[in-house]
Amino acid sequence: MSDATGVIHDIGYQRYTGPRLGRRQVFGALYLHGVRTVFGLGRSAKAKIFPWLVVSVVTVVAAGVTAVRSQIGEVVMTYAQFADAMSWLVIFFAAVAAPELVSRDLRSGVLPLYFSRPLPRGDYALSKLLALVTALWLLLGGPQLVMFLGAAFTTNRGVRGVWDELLDLLPGLLYAGLWAVVFASIALLVASLTGKRAFAAGGIVAVFLMTTPVVGVLSILPSRTINELAFVASPPTLVGGVGNWALGDRLTQGRGGMPIGDFGPVYAAVAVLLVAACVSLLLLRYRKVAAR
Amino acid sequence: MTLLATESLTKTYGGRVTALTDLTVSVEPGIIGLVGANGAGKSTLIKILLGLLPPTSGRVQVLGLDPTTDPAAVRARVGYMPEHDALPPDLSAAELVTHLGRISGLPRTVARERASEALRHVGLHEERHRAVGGYSTGMKQRVKLAQALVHDPDLLLLDEPTNGLDPAGRDAMLALIHRIGTEFGISVVVCSHLLGEVERICDTLVAIDGGRLLRADRVSAMTTATDVLAVEVSEGTDELAARLAALDLPVTRDGRLLLLQLADDATYDQILGAVAELDLPLHRLDQRRHRVAELFAAREPSHV
Repeated sequence: MSDATGVIHDIGYQRYTGPRLGRRQVFGALYLHGVRTVFGLGRSAKAKIFPWLVVSVVTVVAAGVTAVRSQIGEVVMTYAQFADAMSWLVIFFAAVAAPELVSRDLRSGVLPLYFSRPLPRGDYALSKLLALVTALWLLLGGPQLVMFLGAAFTTNRGVRGVWDELLDLLPGLLYAGLWAVVFASIALLVASLTGKRAFAAGGIVAVFLMTTPVVGVLSILPSRTINELAFVASPPTLVGGVGNWALGDRLTQGRGGMPIGDFGPVYAAVAVLLVAACVSLLLLRYRKVAAR
Repeated sequence: MTLLATESLTKTYGGRVTALTDLTVSVEPGIIGLVGANGAGKSTLIKILLGLLPPTSGRVQVLGLDPTTDPAAVRARVGYMPEHDALPPDLSAAELVTHLGRISGLPRTVARERASEALRHVGLHEERHRAVGGYSTGMKQRVKLAQALVHDPDLLLLDEPTNGLDPAGRDAMLALIHRIGTEFGISVVVCSHLLGEVERICDTLVAIDGGRLLRADRVSAMTTATDVLAVEVSEGTDELAARLAALDLPVTRDGRLLLLQLADDATYDQILGAVAELDLPLHRLDQRRHRVAELFAAREPSHV
């Protein structure tokens, strides 16, 4: 090969001696890939339709709310209320995104290709979960930012007004984060159980749909304690309950809100336990999948 | 250096199903054929080598590392090609292999370069930008091989790489594996239930059956030349047999072949003379080698 005859040689196979990245960077690569997958980036045009439809709906709603507020000067929706109002869109979004993230991999059998690499098996599940949390949070937080910008530019109280608005925005973003964490962990757990995307999507919506009547029944039982605790039975009302307790007026705007009595901390504890249980089951699930 | 070593390796599932029993084997770098019937324990062995399954008892070493205690280090240096379909249909081969290269720890640009290199080495060029869903089985097998190569492993574990391929595809895949093992400097373990296939390209064979080691040896040691000559003529086999018998050469028939003991070089002349006298079209005349299959068959325990 070293003779200088001026012939173009096929250089053949080259060994790689450069750097190999560690666990953190690999986790990051998988996470970023997950976020892109949710929004259909780097995928076919068909895969982009639904996520971007939802994104445009929430953005339009946020823009509308901002426009109304700047015209009539009345706060139609607080940041936190916006998250509440969009909950069904978030559920549908999660029901489509979670199967995209995990069911597709289960179905195509690509998992052995992941698990035969240095990646620890828990990292796969956690990076997907984090990707879905991020996507849901962006879905709710992005429009809140639009609302904030609208309010900040139309405020007539100068810097003071912008600062007040920011103090309203931050709890709203935190609340959006709570929605994202709770919904993502439930949706991803359900989706990881089946390779069929339609089943997974149906299952996720069913979890949220089926638990709503339970809340209804519990809240009319003749016991005040049960009534006040009724909202833990369904994920959306559970999150609402935590918000009610933690955010108070920012969520209710002095219009009553959910009758959860003094059980606010219970709601928070249940939410934490729910997420912890979902994540543990998810990790357990992938321990089994990897060994197959 | 020892490539793989197991010591009394045993794997039982749930205490009832035994996949591997007391397997002790040690192989040197090269192309290794891991042969056994379906269910012999090949896939279980591969999963233990990758650190995906813990052995019930016994010890195992891959490239001098222990996959039970340091699976990440082993997997960083090993490429694995699974037996079954493993490709998402809507990604292109280039995207998939690049992504998996990154999961193996390659930096972004390196992953992209090495992915197209790996795909070129397995013979996929322009089509690598098309969605995998539209690929033929042969192309899919090549993509699976490319993803095992992308991070430049020191050892490839290939589980039934010729599964589902037509004869031409099989030959091409085997030639490719042989090239990887000889020119690329990467050791390869090829799992197969078809002995005839792997013996062509391997320099070491490990045969397992029912989770037990049947035999492990270098192919050259198994296929030393014998003192038997094989003669094949296109027609007139019976006449030739009679003529050779008349020349005092004991002949046995094996299908279309005539087998004779090789005494010395004169035997060749006698046979050629007989063929020429009878004016028969000679198809082949060669010294027979031991066939690997015979060796395995002879050692195989009588089981049902």
